[in-house]
Amino acid sequence: MRINPNKCVACGNCTYVCPMGAIYIDPSLKRATINHDECVECYACFNGLSQEHLPPTLVRAARKVLASLRIRFDPEPDVCPTAAFEPDQLAWPRVVRRAFSDPRVPHESTGIDGRGTEEVKTNDVTGRVGPNEVGFTIELGRPGVGARFYEIQEMSRALARAGVSFEKRNPVTTLMSDVSTGTIREDILNEKVLSAILEIKVPVERVEEIIGIVKDVGRGLDNVVTIGAGVRCDAQGNDHLVGPIFERLGYKLERAKTNAGLGKRYEPVTTMVNS
Amino acid sequence: MTNTLHRFGDAKSFHDDFIVFAMASKGAFKQPNPLPALKRFLQIALEYKPVNLGDPRNGGAFRSSKSMNPMAHWTRDNSPNFQAVIDGLTEVTTCAAVFDNQQAAEQFLARVRQEDFGLSVNISTSVQGAEDCCHFANIPRHSVGYSLGFEGKTENMPNRQVAMLSTMCGHGMISHSLAKKMIDFVKENRRTPEQAAAVMSRFCSCGVFNPARARRILEEARTNTKAR
Repeated sequence: MRINPNKCVACGNCTYVCPMGAIYIDPSLKRATINHDECVECYACFNGLSQEHLPPTLVRAARKVLASLRIRFDPEPDVCPTAAFEPDQLAWPRVVRRAFSDPRVPHESTGIDGRGTEEVKTNDVTGRVGPNEVGFTIELGRPGVGARFYEIQEMSRALARAGVSFEKRNPVTTLMSDVSTGTIREDILNEKVLSAILEIKVPVERVEEIIGIVKDVGRGLDNVVTIGAGVRCDAQGNDHLVGPIFERLGYKLERAKTNAGLGKRYEPVTTMVNS
Repeated sequence: MTNTLHRFGDAKSFHDDFIVFAMASKGAFKQPNPLPALKRFLQIALEYKPVNLGDPRNGGAFRSSKSMNPMAHWTRDNSPNFQAVIDGLTEVTTCAAVFDNQQAAEQFLARVRQEDFGLSVNISTSVQGAEDCCHFANIPRHSVGYSLGFEGKTENMPNRQVAMLSTMCGHGMISHSLAKKMIDFVKENRRTPEQAAAVMSRFCSCGVFNPARARRILEEARTNTKAR
């Protein structure tokens, strides 16, 4: 993303809407400026701000007069008055940032929007997580923190050392140069994304061990780790197996997404990669 | 969607937050074109008075404008445009309907079951709330994806009310700064909770932001009462 300096009037609206806080008004340029190392190409500025097409010179003059009189200018907070945002043509590896950060762009590897994973949302069709199994989603970067792939790799390598299987139909897995060690390709390690999800599946007996690993690695990262756990219910729609384990481990199960089992199965294929 | 799973708040704070979404499994299974079923899913949702609708490719019922008239500042429409979501659905993706009461979500789920779309349908809310919806619709839960919350350096997170607002877009499109600014605008009486909620809604790319819950949180933030 870039901000056209000929159009920008330094109103500052965009500085609030950037999820990474990467936009600021440069005091010497007197224009909004993007810290490109922190920008994750999420397009929140371009997609979320409404655009007016006012003449920049006129707006700057009006703002200057009002500011000199100490009159507070009170525009709509979600408007770029001069449509100054202009998307860049992204090349590799920077294009990875947008794939993981702009929910309007589906992941090429999975064809899925957002973070690119189905987890147990389609478990009624895929059977991805079976009885006595737990499908973990381990996400770095949420909420509004952002994550670099070298941080994600610390987590993936720790999980690989524990001998877990990474979900094949997951965008992070497709970017691993060695799935058996959880190693992510080197040319993207410093790329920053809004968040990324590692997906694994383990037998119920390993729940406590996996939680321990995730917590241990999380303590060493300057980041937030968000954990989701998908389970298969019994024929009556109950989970008497995994929920109680989490409660014993001290988790309060406040929120969940619940698959109602209305999907229909067609042709099955295998989806897990064994490390 | 993971983007609806990790909303900040306790179970009671989700009493007005029910998201029902439908999707077709991609790639792993060949199935008939699910687009008509997805469109029908959105159409029948309207009968149960959602507070938002959307899909991640095209956006929600609150959208930004690429050519806003400057005069619109004084006459801005902050109401949802549900028809734009339905008309805009031209590709297979995830479709979501957001409700601010359990009764509507229950009845909608029961109707979706009757319609027999063959799509995977999920309810994202409190664990108990979703269980109640399934019970009402006489559906045994197939699978549950629990949120175990946040670990690691949680000091990187914002305060409770900001987090409750910004995490209603799990894709992170609503920045903490914008949520804080909208709380401040309401506290200063520069915007109403309705206006501030509409501003944030426009940033949520897939229409799962709940403007009704946002209005309640903003109203509670105005007087610094505890948001539930």
